Amino acid sequence: MTFKRWFHVGLVVFAVGEIAGPHLFRADHAHFWFEDIPAWGSIYGLVSCLLIIIGSKLLGKLWLTRPENYYDS
Amino acid sequence: MTREWIHPGLLLIAGAWILPFCKGRTKRAVMILLPAAALVECVVMQPGTYGVVRLLGQEVIFGRVDRLALVFSYVFALVALIGMVYSLHVNDDAQHVAALTYAGAALGAVFAGDFLSLFLFWELMALSAAILVLLRRRPAAVAAGFRYVLVHIFGGLCLLAGIVLHWSHTGSLRFGDLSPYAGSAAFTLILIAFLVNAAVPPLGAWLPDAYPEATATGAVFLTAFTTKSAVYALIRGFAGTEILVWWGAAMAVYGVVYAVLENDARRLLAYHIISQVGYMICGVGLGTELALNGATAHAFAHILYKALLFMGAGAVLQVTGLRKLSDMGGLYKMMPRTLSLYMVGAFAISAVPLFSGFVTKSMVVSAAGESHRAAIYLLLTLASSGTFLHTGLKLPYYMFFGRDRGLRAEEPPRNMLVAMGLAAVACVVIGVVPVVLYSQLPYRVDYIPFTVRHVTATLGLLGFTALGFFLLLKQLDPEPVVSLDTDWFYRRGGTAVQNFAQGALARLEGSVSRLSDVVMQRFVLGVGAQLRDIDLRGVDAMMVGIGRLTEEVSCDLTLAMSGHVQRYALIMAAGILAGVALAVFGL
Repeated sequence: MTFKRWFHVGLVVFAVGEIAGPHLFRADHAHFWFEDIPAWGSIYGLVSCLLIIIGSKLLGKLWLTRPENYYDS
Repeated sequence: MTREWIHPGLLLIAGAWILPFCKGRTKRAVMILLPAAALVECVVMQPGTYGVVRLLGQEVIFGRVDRLALVFSYVFALVALIGMVYSLHVNDDAQHVAALTYAGAALGAVFAGDFLSLFLFWELMALSAAILVLLRRRPAAVAAGFRYVLVHIFGGLCLLAGIVLHWSHTGSLRFGDLSPYAGSAAFTLILIAFLVNAAVPPLGAWLPDAYPEATATGAVFLTAFTTKSAVYALIRGFAGTEILVWWGAAMAVYGVVYAVLENDARRLLAYHIISQVGYMICGVGLGTELALNGATAHAFAHILYKALLFMGAGAVLQVTGLRKLSDMGGLYKMMPRTLSLYMVGAFAISAVPLFSGFVTKSMVVSAAGESHRAAIYLLLTLASSGTFLHTGLKLPYYMFFGRDRGLRAEEPPRNMLVAMGLAAVACVVIGVVPVVLYSQLPYRVDYIPFTVRHVTATLGLLGFTALGFFLLLKQLDPEPVVSLDTDWFYRRGGTAVQNFAQGALARLEGSVSRLSDVVMQRFVLGVGAQLRDIDLRGVDAMMVGIGRLTEEVSCDLTLAMSGHVQRYALIMAAGILAGVALAVFGL
């Protein structure tokens, strides 16, 4: 439970830091417009992670995975 | 210009043969001193050209020493040293000789100034690496080792063919920038050979096939040399080749996708080699100074943290004999030091600020940004999330935490921990003081990794990746499965062809023969019978009729042939009269 609470606090700190950081300090120039979306890194991190897990599992189920002894038989 | 020079690669290759003749402490001392001497030699080496030999009217350059070659040589020699420390407890001379030869060949390839010496060391690398796999001496390892040889023979032949074509076309064997020859057969063949060694899909399935089958210590060497010497060769010869930008980015994501499905700890890490090499290949393709510096720096950092990760997984394999995540869990209590050192590698590969990956990977990603390639930038950032997901979260979670399976384990031998410690120190030093590495890169570095935006966005990305991980933790439970990759073609391709021949092809053949029977019996034979009838009744009867008619006409004509001159004259006169009459009346 303690870990969970610390984890959530950490997430909030990261997201707030990402939003506030560039305003508090002199921020470097962004390469693309989407990097200026508030908390861009956090949003993209979550989306990427979910996409990778769900996409890969689907690919695995539909096509790529075989039983462990597939190459032995 | 040739000066006094001892090739550091040759030092390792020749020096390795001292080992079988030593015992105990002496042997261990030699195991450390050889790579240490090679490292010192690389560090003190000045740029220039050394070891030039004339062969077949060509200059064979064993020592083309410039900034690019030097930075790769430092890390190759350093990881050889770390790998030997990690292997100190292993009592198998064959492994040590193969490992040192492998490291020496990689150094040889890096310093090769011409294609002939490059080819020589390229092949020596393939051979010694295959021996390292075979030396696990289990049926699965032997099979994987032979498949490794098979793929690398293909790559070697492509390289040789490319070299011969390049030689015949240009008359030179010098190994340098090949972009002026883009599109030629030589260019393509050499590129394919380099891509095979860099494990670029679909040519890279040999890597996750072979590396997890090697011994715990052998795998540490394998992770370092083959792919990264290929990255070096690509930087040297193919910088700015557009196709590599997309291929590299796709490769970074490909490795991550396969890592989700993987249950074998070292195979999961092997797929992450492919993913990380993807960043380097992408950097080579981008071709700007920042991108090439990034590819070089990332190769340097990658060799160290990947060796550390493989050492961690190898330590678990060594003490528990387990390799599948589905069999592991709860090891953190018994192996806290291994866990801590492993996590340094995991933070380094995940590009956590103050660890090495943060200051190197971001150079390539920023280079994509500076080139205004949004899709590439997004793909590489997505793969970053995937990297942390697997090496930073999934693997340590299932290996060291997760369900406690009551496994009996202990920390590995001290030398293994020392080696991991050395690699961990290197990861942190590069991460905290990046100038140590930046000052060695081939081009001048203006890049500043620690900016507010970069640090906060990276922390956000990693933190929320962790959130995604915990949200979908149940989905990630390792399953006892294998994933299909392009090695299927040479592992099951033969059986598939046989099955096809016996199944679908045989059925097709049966159908064709049945169809032919029907056509033959019902149609062709029927038509044949008809034709025979027509022949008998029609043609034969007609011929008989013509024969008879001819006979009759002949008989009638015989009557006219009496032999009397008067009759012939009469007939002729009648004929002439008829002719005259025809002429007169006809006109």
